[in-house]
Amino acid sequence: MFIAAMIGILVTMALALCRALLGPTVYDRILSVNMFGTKTVLFIAVLGFLTGRPDFLDLALIYVLINFIGTLAVLKFVTYNDLGADPEK
Amino acid sequence: MTEILDIVLLSFMIVLAVAVSRMQNLFMAAMMMGIFSFLSAIMFTLLDAVDVAFTEAAVGAGVSTVLLLGTLSLTTHEEKVVKKNNALALLVVLITGSALIYGTLDMPQFGDPNAPVHQHVADRYIEKSEKEIDIPNIVTSVLASYRGYDTLGEVTVIFTAGIGVILLMGHIWRKEDEQ
Repeated sequence: MFIAAMIGILVTMALALCRALLGPTVYDRILSVNMFGTKTVLFIAVLGFLTGRPDFLDLALIYVLINFIGTLAVLKFVTYNDLGADPEK
Repeated sequence: MTEILDIVLLSFMIVLAVAVSRMQNLFMAAMMMGIFSFLSAIMFTLLDAVDVAFTEAAVGAGVSTVLLLGTLSLTTHEEKVVKKNNALALLVVLITGSALIYGTLDMPQFGDPNAPVHQHVADRYIEKSEKEIDIPNIVTSVLASYRGYDTLGEVTVIFTAGIGVILLMGHIWRKEDEQ
């Protein structure tokens, strides 16, 4: 069961990778990077159960937070072309 | 099972590395490096080096993507195209790479119990560190107590680097504040 889930995650990773490499727009790539981060989280979660040691689930949770902050920074950069920009101005 | 995962993930990493080196748009390259960091974090998790994987995800995928983007917003988005062939650079890279691979031939097999790293002080850390230091995590007690001076040295280096940046940039920031 977990093996099937793992294969599914790997196939999705490959598809996200294709989208990141082919583009064509910036937003395709941002979305694919964000999706790859989510797949990393799922991978670590499934890997824990696959090897019988689900001790590292909290690690996967921290990855979600990092991925979220990273995506926010990238979107801010694309919108304002400056990480320190004040959106109010 | 893990061998198959290793092969699949490493081939993803090779595809990404080739794509990054061929890319002209630096924003796209920074994004690809984010994916690369996630993949190396997974590789570290597969190797049971969870603390290293943690650092790789936080520093590689998180902070360094943001730092690269910050640099891009101060410079340009496009790589300068170099037309001429640089055979000498390729030669140097090939020689360095083969020297490094030659160096790995001496190393013990992965997980070999007779490797020097498992012979020296590791047994003492595993058996006595909880009693001596009173911390259940062995890695933490090695970093914070057995190698405390080493960690103190690292902190000193980072502190010095911070002071250097403030000394170099301080008067610029102060001028901006006054305006």
